[in-house]
Amino acid sequence: MATAAMKPAGIAGKIVWAVIAAIGAACLAVIALRRGEPVNAIWLVAAAAAIFLIGYRFYGKFIEHRVLQMDPSRAPPSVLRNDGLDYVPTDKWVVFGHHFAAIAGAGPLVGPVLAAQMGYLPGTLWILFGVVLGGAVQDFMVLGLSVRRDARSLGHMLREELGALAGVVAMFGLLTLMMIVLAVLALVVVKALTHSPWGTFSVACTIPIALLMGIYLRWLRPGRILEVSLIGLVLLITSIAYGAHVAASPDLAKVFDFDAKSLAWLLIAYGFCASVLPVWLLLAPRDYLSTFLKIGTIFLLAIAIIFAAPQLQMPAVSRFIDGTGPVFQGQLFPFLFITIACGAVSGWHSIIASGTTPKLLSNEGEARMVGYGGMLMEAFVAIMALIAAASLHPGVYFAMNSPSALIGTTVEHAASTISQWGFVVTPDELTRTAKDIGETSILSRAGGAPTLAVGMAQLLHNILPGEGMVAFWYHYAILFEALFILTTVDAGTRVGRFMIQEIAGLVYAPLKSTESWMGNVLATSVCVGLWGYFLYQGAVDPLGGINTLWPLFGIANQMLAAIALMLATVVTVKLKRQRYAWVPGIPALWLVTCTLTAGFEKVIGPISFTAAAQKYTQALQDGKLLAPAKSLEEMQRIITNNRVDATLTMIFILLVVTMLCFSLYGIVKALRSNAPTAQEAPRVALASVTASRST
Amino acid sequence: MTLLKFWQRLVQTARLSCGVPDYDVYVAHLRAHHPERKIPTYAEFFRDRQTARYKGTGGRCC
Repeated sequence: MATAAMKPAGIAGKIVWAVIAAIGAACLAVIALRRGEPVNAIWLVAAAAAIFLIGYRFYGKFIEHRVLQMDPSRAPPSVLRNDGLDYVPTDKWVVFGHHFAAIAGAGPLVGPVLAAQMGYLPGTLWILFGVVLGGAVQDFMVLGLSVRRDARSLGHMLREELGALAGVVAMFGLLTLMMIVLAVLALVVVKALTHSPWGTFSVACTIPIALLMGIYLRWLRPGRILEVSLIGLVLLITSIAYGAHVAASPDLAKVFDFDAKSLAWLLIAYGFCASVLPVWLLLAPRDYLSTFLKIGTIFLLAIAIIFAAPQLQMPAVSRFIDGTGPVFQGQLFPFLFITIACGAVSGWHSIIASGTTPKLLSNEGEARMVGYGGMLMEAFVAIMALIAAASLHPGVYFAMNSPSALIGTTVEHAASTISQWGFVVTPDELTRTAKDIGETSILSRAGGAPTLAVGMAQLLHNILPGEGMVAFWYHYAILFEALFILTTVDAGTRVGRFMIQEIAGLVYAPLKSTESWMGNVLATSVCVGLWGYFLYQGAVDPLGGINTLWPLFGIANQMLAAIALMLATVVTVKLKRQRYAWVPGIPALWLVTCTLTAGFEKVIGPISFTAAAQKYTQALQDGKLLAPAKSLEEMQRIITNNRVDATLTMIFILLVVTMLCFSLYGIVKALRSNAPTAQEAPRVALASVTASRST
Repeated sequence: MTLLKFWQRLVQTARLSCGVPDYDVYVAHLRAHHPERKIPTYAEFFRDRQTARYKGTGGRCC
């Protein structure tokens, strides 16, 4: 069997791995132990590289051979069901590239930036060890399971292995998660564009650019994706450059200057239009542009970090690990592990690892590289985002990420408050940073994207200096993030719409037809209404919205990861490999613990939604107004919003507990059985298929 | 691997990331297994795949 395939390494191999291990340990020691003087980011990059190499070579291989028992001589779905379209045996590098492009999103760029308030060390350690022992294990194991099951989806596998009810519960959780994801990502864009005419102008330009690209692709040069994307890129760069004029001209700036509330409404309206229009016109061309821009920018960021080799100015561990941080509330445990979801462990990946990728894999032996390796790459992106945030002046970081309820609305007030926290900064430094990036203010621009953009702009400016280039790079980074977030919002709204139509079709069959205009508009309205509600709530939130929505997103995402890992654990036991059940079992338990603890703290206790609702209810009864509410109506809205969030958190808790029960039941049943009970597709030898094909 | 081959793989990856599989592979598949079917032009193939990409479940990450 495949278990015998683990070859002992030669002497030279052993020496190489010993050296890599030593380098990794030395770099980690430098990062963790050097206090008082700044650490260079290169140490972090080197430590990450060493740990990922070792994790990939040893733990990844262990999972491949012992736990999943991947068998290169077994025919994968791509060979068995080859249809030339969806199921195609594909070169492993092509599959890897496709898989990485599908999993890399805004998540790993935002979470680590927010978590930097606790210092760079906690986030770094969680990303490094979380991915090797949890995130990459999840992606790889789900991929492995799917490859053995005709490339079935996560939902399908849950139904088969845990029962029909478990599948329904998980799918309901998925829909809720998606609505929260769309809301929180849209909020990141709102936060980045509030009162930023330059940013708003260049993001608005992406709409006519996409329409132009859509028409070009449809009528002028059908299917020339690369060509049209290059044209799009040139137009985008032009719009960023022209944005400087828009911001400088008072008349034009007025047209593109919006507050958070209006931006939220604009995004909701846009999301609706984008998902009822034909895909070729707007959604698809934006998707192409954002995919290429995303990959290109990730490379650019990597190059910038390596060549600029910045010093990390944030302390290794800040005083805010006690839970009093301004960016998000809550102590290191469990909130760090909720805040950094994507990059360490991302539940959403289980959807992708059981989507297109298993249909393309040409051999089971390549699953480790694509599944485990792909996730390690994403963790690298998260590390880079963390470096970009930690290499900023901490005073600037906190000015950008703290809500105005804490630091006020003037640079003087902000600088004095932040200096009192121990991060000395002058009003002048804050004003100058805003001027450098071509904005009027940098205060309270929470959401991760602006902070990352400033960090990235400074890094890129270090390697490519030039007059006014910081402002250009800042708006480039904002545009790139906004572009792919908006693409996710468009595409997500569409997927949500289909899910809702599916559910509505159970009640009234004609609604199910995706061609029906009424069903389309109705389901889209429901979908946009759902995420739009949370987006609007975030936009008017006194504490900046991200503060409220990001924990909900983190809990939901980790909940999905826990479900995927529990599935992997159950299947491992069902295959009678229970001695390896700890491999997916331990990260599953850890995530269950984190989501439940964070969930409870958000439902009961001092930082909970319930407590916030009570505080405002009490004030309302006393006839008082609590800032930032300016009317009784606003007070009432804050109370309602907090109650909704508390209810949603309780639903998440219930979901996790239900799935845990299903899993435990599945494990007990499997242990009682004497024979393997997993639902694998029968083995077909790869050689027999290729032999019959060639004749 | 020659430079040309590298470039072809790169284009294939880029297209696949946008939901457009390899056209040549599809044509070869049709010729080998379904000789009775009409072979679509690249433009037709592209349109079909473009519509298909946004119909399924979430192929995108946060």
